[in-house]
Amino acid sequence: MRNYTYFKPKSLAEAIDAVRESGGDILAGGTTVVDLMKIGVREPSALVDITGLTMLEGHEIGPDHIRFGALARMGHVADDKALTAAAPVMTEALWKAASPQLRNVARLGGNILQRTRCPYFRDTAYANCSKRRPGSGCAALEGGETNHHAILGGSSSCVAMYPGDWAQALIAFDADVHTRGPGGQRTIAFADLHRPPGETPEIETILQPGEIVTEITVPVVPALKASHYLKARDRESYAFATASAAVGVEMDGDVVRDARIALGGVAATPWRARAAEDSLKGKPLTEATAREAGRIAFADARPLEGSAYKTKLGADVIAGALMTAKSRANGGK
Amino acid sequence: MSCKSTPPHAGMSRRIFLGTTGAAGAAIAVGSREVSAQQPRTGVAPDAHPKIELTVNGYRRTLTVEPRTTLVEALRDTLGLTGTKIGCNLGQCGACTVLMDGRRVNSCLVLALSADGAEVTTVEGLANPDGTLHPMQTAFAEHDAFQCGYCTPGQIMSAIACIDEGHAGSADEIREYMSGNLCRCAAYPNIVAAVEAVRDRKEG
Repeated sequence: MRNYTYFKPKSLAEAIDAVRESGGDILAGGTTVVDLMKIGVREPSALVDITGLTMLEGHEIGPDHIRFGALARMGHVADDKALTAAAPVMTEALWKAASPQLRNVARLGGNILQRTRCPYFRDTAYANCSKRRPGSGCAALEGGETNHHAILGGSSSCVAMYPGDWAQALIAFDADVHTRGPGGQRTIAFADLHRPPGETPEIETILQPGEIVTEITVPVVPALKASHYLKARDRESYAFATASAAVGVEMDGDVVRDARIALGGVAATPWRARAAEDSLKGKPLTEATAREAGRIAFADARPLEGSAYKTKLGADVIAGALMTAKSRANGGK
Repeated sequence: MSCKSTPPHAGMSRRIFLGTTGAAGAAIAVGSREVSAQQPRTGVAPDAHPKIELTVNGYRRTLTVEPRTTLVEALRDTLGLTGTKIGCNLGQCGACTVLMDGRRVNSCLVLALSADGAEVTTVEGLANPDGTLHPMQTAFAEHDAFQCGYCTPGQIMSAIACIDEGHAGSADEIREYMSGNLCRCAAYPNIVAAVEAVRDRKEG
């Protein structure tokens, strides 16, 4: 790991200035940034450690919104029983991510900006990775293994998978991301935060240099209470998703009034499956309609040789998650 | 070096040991820039050797690091506390697990500068001053919860945290909350048994 200039600002304004003036990377928990620096994928000339900005910690469940500070620790939020009761998908997606040690350090703002685990992005021995070296191609598409690559939202330049879990809960429930940067404050719909790879996979979000995520808010809706995060993976625990689903339902008797479905482990960005949601609205939620929703979610999938299995697995995961959500809507666990 | 022959809290000898290695660490900084880690406006330069303060196993330590020094490197290379192991060095295996401000963390992913002011407990800090092992250390020995032993310090730190966090309710829960510590000898069944034994002793 190369040395760098290290800043530890005491205020948000100082932090924004430090990032803008140094051109450095923002450091929060460090579980992505330090990892990428060790393997040579990132070699920033400066790090701006924002963990001193304690006003960005904490979270609270309000009547209209759930607010998450950008520096709240994943583990702390995942352990909140009140949050589990109000919005199970929000804590399930956190505690199924990473190990306890990582969750104790990683912060929510950094978690949503987690970088891909694509082996060719992470291995600098490969020259062709457009996400790492713009315009250099894609080792996965050029004869590489594609077992854990995106079948939704990828491009001819990049099929790297967005690896996060919590982001799926956020996009399913219309979260907003609040930021502060050189241009002042702004609020971004979570669905607009990540950019599809297209021809510039190196640009992953719409955040500007020096723009710092300060808070994430989620509007409280009835479907949050009957929500669930189901994660399929290569082993029982501590692995990235092979396919996952963040779902929630609001029932009106036997009929679905509101449905939320987002997919992890299968797409290039956090992925909302709106057509699948719409297929359920106004209908009874049965195993058949749940399976149909799963099928619809992958209608536009472009499976690669190694990741073809994700189409069926992903549809099954959606169906399974929906049946749990339905049971929760009816007062079950 | 076994825990018995050099008890981690061996009173004066330990203080002298730490003092000596600490001085060696500080000596590295001679001739280069010694600065505080707290310089928000100009930052700590890449070639600087800032001082940080850690409370390690109850002892307050001042040490000199580089911007890129990780907590595990500071513990092992500067303070000489080599009980904490480096496995993958990428936050994947858990061998470097220590308690930082009461939370278990992978010390390979924590920058020493970020840890400035923190309270750290390593495996060397578990036994009593008289050399009596921590119940978790005893349980690991009794249940044969290791073969090669390389992952063991991290496993033990994590196991203590697992119980303290209240996540040792069942074998399944222990497996889930110990999943961040890999054991290539696959001593997992015996590790779970050791954690259950300490939990039951605490409850009983």
